Amino acid sequence: MFLRTALLVLRKDAAIEAKSWEVLTTTVFFAVSAVLVFSFAFVKEGEPLEDAAAGILWIAVAFSGTLALGRTFERERYAETLRALLLGPAPRPALYVGKLLGILAVLGIAELLLTPLVALLFHAALFARPGLMAALLVTGTTGFGCVGTLFAAMLVRARSRDVLLPILLYPITIPVIIAGVRGTSALLASPPDEATAVMWIGILTAFDVVFVTLALWTFEPLMTD
Amino acid sequence: MSHVSLTLARGDIVGLLGPNGAGKSTLVGMLATLVSPSAGEVRFGDRGAGALGGELRRRIGLLAHELYLYPELSARQNLTFFAQMYGLDPRGVVDQALERAGLSARAEDAVSEFSRGMRQRLALERALLHGPRLVLLDEPFTGLDDSAVSLVAERLRQLAAGGAIVVLATHDLDLADGLVSRVALVQGGRLAVDEPAAPGLRARYRSAIAH
Amino acid sequence: MKKLFVPLVVTVAALFVAAPYMIAQAPYESTMGLVQKIFYFHVPSWMAMYTAIAVCAISSAVFLFKNNKTADAYAVAGAEVAVLFGLMGLVSGPLWGRKAWGVWWQWDVRLTTALLMELIFIACLLVRKYGGPGSEKLAAATALFGGATAPFVYKSVDIWRTVHPKTSVVPELLKGSMPGSGLPFALSAIGFVLLATLLMMVRVALARRQMALDELYLDYEES
Repeated sequence: MFLRTALLVLRKDAAIEAKSWEVLTTTVFFAVSAVLVFSFAFVKEGEPLEDAAAGILWIAVAFSGTLALGRTFERERYAETLRALLLGPAPRPALYVGKLLGILAVLGIAELLLTPLVALLFHAALFARPGLMAALLVTGTTGFGCVGTLFAAMLVRARSRDVLLPILLYPITIPVIIAGVRGTSALLASPPDEATAVMWIGILTAFDVVFVTLALWTFEPLMTD
Repeated sequence: MSHVSLTLARGDIVGLLGPNGAGKSTLVGMLATLVSPSAGEVRFGDRGAGALGGELRRRIGLLAHELYLYPELSARQNLTFFAQMYGLDPRGVVDQALERAGLSARAEDAVSEFSRGMRQRLALERALLHGPRLVLLDEPFTGLDDSAVSLVAERLRQLAAGGAIVVLATHDLDLADGLVSRVALVQGGRLAVDEPAAPGLRARYRSAIAH
Repeated sequence: MKKLFVPLVVTVAALFVAAPYMIAQAPYESTMGLVQKIFYFHVPSWMAMYTAIAVCAISSAVFLFKNNKTADAYAVAGAEVAVLFGLMGLVSGPLWGRKAWGVWWQWDVRLTTALLMELIFIACLLVRKYGGPGSEKLAAATALFGGATAPFVYKSVDIWRTVHPKTSVVPELLKGSMPGSGLPFALSAIGFVLLATLLMMVRVALARRQMALDELYLDYEES
């Protein structure tokens, strides 16, 4: 029942997204323009700063993630359908998992496009250790996404929700940013520092476990007024 | 809301009456377990709402003002999704529900293209899809023409006759007249009246509502 | 709690009168001189802040799961006191750093973690103010998640910083290598933590009176 509900929610969101592809295209294009802005902003002697690649990748993910979260939950706000979901017989944390999977899918697709772009613009060897890089991105995006999904869900009925989401989300997910950027930098070193990257992946995994658990635990009390 | 104590029995059609802002929607929300009361509790049978969780929600149907329909999806897709959420086989129930709502011809059209009345009818069917025993309706007659209103009223009578509890929150006394079997008047967050219904609701409660 | 109030006020007053004397008596640290004495103010500020954060995070959890209004009062009291003492720490830290090491800010682990905690609890208060009705629960979730992230922040900033050279003298000080600094420090620490407790108690009382007033007002409106 739990998993089935989560997948039903995911499929429903995919069906809605497939009608217009709005969230996906705007998220990806926003991420791309963020990367471009950064490459013009962080320059050294007229050239984009190559060491900035790691940071820029993760900032682009964080910023576009916040937007995507806002947009997906805006859809549930329109006809208060989030309440209809809560009314269903499924355990409410299953709804959270469904929404989380959706956000991870959107960000995953964005990252598939962003990583080569950043690698290209900054001459960064992001694919030197593709397995570790992928692990970093997966654990990091999950960390960011799990806290973000919970906060976006709880802010659906709040005022000033657009600006409150980043205010709440960014300080709490700073460890994800630090770990992601440092891990990516380690992989960009020559030769790639695998041990450090693995350590950061470990920290991200611990973060994911703690915060997914916390989110599952607090979802229901937060969503009932 | 404060100091509300209400007991509902099977076969009742309870009219939750009162002016706008009196707290009817909040009370409906509490009955639907979407809102938890700050003091006191909601009990079903002899067990508390919190303890029963998902199993209880399976037996509750709610039609709220906001309608709970995804505008981007078609009527059929909406009903299919909710049928699956309730663990029903969509093939059996969706077509029947579309038929009842009178929307079989427009089943594949996106809900965003529907008029308010059409959405209302679809939303009602969505709420009743899983055969709930507690039917909560918040202003269900909005946007409906007379024939649709009588169809819905008949449907509610059948539900009550079948042993369901129907709670109908509305500010329209004329529509409630002759339909409800009990009256619960909510005013300023309190339960002002709780008695069996008698004909002539408007005259009887006009002063209370106008207050 | 009420019975503790007067003794607490007396104790705190006594400590705050005694502390400056003790601090003045404490020995000078060799390299930094007089400026080092800001330590007796700076570190206890953190201790007070983290006490308040603990109160806020725990009462937020209680509020989320039990819907207990008193817990909410403790949560808002904890958040406000945490922000207050955090601000004191964040102002005294750079002041000390500037005089002692020449730079206002150098990403020291403790300062950075404290800065992030401060941001999180300011966010808590912002949510209460701008989030509209029902925002107490949102603030409670923020406090809970904020408390949970603190160890992660500390660890990741710490590892991040070990790449860069440390120029912090604080670890040596905290190990108590300075004889004669123990007593003034203990007094300051206790004084600050008790002051934080006192302020929280006052704030909780205020919040509860506000809630009682709101309820009376509602009752009056309906009759």
